[in-house]
Amino acid sequence: MEKLFQKISLSSATLVLVLLLGIFTTLFISAKPAVEAFGLQFITDQRWNQEIPLIESSDTVIEDSDDAIIADEDDEDMILDEDDEEDAATKTVFGGLVPIIGTLLSTLIALLFAMPIAMGIAVFLAEIASKNISKFVGMAIELLAAIPSIIFGMWGLYYFAPLIADTFGGYQVSLLTAGLVLGVMILPFMAAVTRDSMNTTPDVLKESAYALGATKFEVVKDIIFPYSKTGIIGSIILALGRALGETMAVAFLIGAVYSLPDKITDPTISIPVAMAVNFGEASGLGESALFYLGLILFVMSFAVISFAKFYFLKRGNA
Amino acid sequence: MPVMKIKNFSFTYAGVEAPSLKNITLPIEKNQITALIGPSGCGKSTLLRSMNRIHDLYPGNKYDGKINLLDLETGKYNNILAIKKENEFIQLRQQVGMIFQKPTPFPMSIFDNVAYGLKIAGIKNKTELSDRVEASLKGSALWKEVHDRLGKSAMGLSGGQQQRLCIARAVAVKPEVLLFDEPTSALDPISTGAIEELIVELKKDVSIAIVTHNMQQASRISDYTAFMYLGDLIEYDKTENIFLNPKEKRTEDYITGRFG
Repeated sequence: MEKLFQKISLSSATLVLVLLLGIFTTLFISAKPAVEAFGLQFITDQRWNQEIPLIESSDTVIEDSDDAIIADEDDEDMILDEDDEEDAATKTVFGGLVPIIGTLLSTLIALLFAMPIAMGIAVFLAEIASKNISKFVGMAIELLAAIPSIIFGMWGLYYFAPLIADTFGGYQVSLLTAGLVLGVMILPFMAAVTRDSMNTTPDVLKESAYALGATKFEVVKDIIFPYSKTGIIGSIILALGRALGETMAVAFLIGAVYSLPDKITDPTISIPVAMAVNFGEASGLGESALFYLGLILFVMSFAVISFAKFYFLKRGNA
Repeated sequence: MPVMKIKNFSFTYAGVEAPSLKNITLPIEKNQITALIGPSGCGKSTLLRSMNRIHDLYPGNKYDGKINLLDLETGKYNNILAIKKENEFIQLRQQVGMIFQKPTPFPMSIFDNVAYGLKIAGIKNKTELSDRVEASLKGSALWKEVHDRLGKSAMGLSGGQQQRLCIARAVAVKPEVLLFDEPTSALDPISTGAIEELIVELKKDVSIAIVTHNMQQASRISDYTAFMYLGDLIEYDKTENIFLNPKEKRTEDYITGRFG
């Protein structure tokens, strides 16, 4: 029994690693044609699906590379096609800069908006509100977290976007609108996890601070926040992960335009939206480029989360 | 002269009908150690926690009677049960410090732990802070062990060291009274010995009330002992009288281990 239990838990743990590696590998294989065609320049290139002059034949290129994706051994052919293309002086260019910037900025706006409010809610629920109110409001917040993202998208489009446009000017669908609605979406989750980790602060620790003459604010600032730091950072990281990958709500609100925003109120596009919007009609190199974007999103989430984890937690221990 | 006079004091927890403490009258003598003993549930911790009104962190509790605290400057007694405003609570807790059952180091450095009470009391001068931190750490017999790592996290100390750190932290704000709520029950015998010595040492400067389950501890360190049972104060006297010559049968039974 003991052995069996150990084996089951070990294999469950291994499964996670296998899945992670497997997803990465699949993404990479599908993205390979685009990776080979555009290299790292993909990241800094803001052109998407643009033909570099010399008429026609983009259709044939796409058909060619379509085959290439189905069969592995055709990869070389495709690269040859690419080289041929140069000779034929026609080429469709895909660059990921716009969706990458769009993703980063909308996530940043969401975090900046949600973080202070989530902390406020958590402090209120954990420390200030009476038990009954805390229970009631806590439940409401958990329900808010359960709303499907498409509903946030529709609500955002019909009620929130005009409000934003009236207040800040500019377009209704924009980076700002998408970022703020994204913020509203991650808010309940962040608040709930932060409250839970604040609640793990032992009463006796808080009592010790009060017994030294601390005020409520000082106890929250000096005892509860430092004590639950790890959990709070964890909640931010998880919210960050959700914001980076959120598709539906952002698709409604960001505008899905391949152009770099000059102002915060300009429409743009994010990686998941680009993938959702374009996958239907994408084929060949275009499809591969979408996979490349997916790969970048994967690496980005991974990097952000590991950075946050190591950087903050290390600093926390010092 | 008592530093604290508890008079006809009753206490009822929120949501409970029956009072947990009934009509307690008890002095806490100045620069003496008063031990509160009794079986679990007798109300000794409840009484201790009333003396700095830490109960008030949780709403709905009911107080009756009086707890008068001597103001050392004016020589007058103030009833701490009349306190309602937050700044008065803060002042009360600076006058009446508390040490808990488990060591409660804050998640910060050793220095910041001891300086915490001073900082929130508004002392900003760096030299004054470090002088008083050093003095309290020396007073708590911890200076030798930690003087070369004041900047390190207090979480890295042993349990006994952490408890002495908490005492240093409480002593740093120069309270009139220190309340100890079973301060050694989570510690090994050697650390317990060190804390007991420290408590005896501290009574030069501060009046002490200590709740303990350990009757040997009460008899070793205290000057006065109060025996409580089921919310009543059964007997209060000098410690040697309580242990050698108790007037009440129930006290004698408890002391000799016949119940409790």
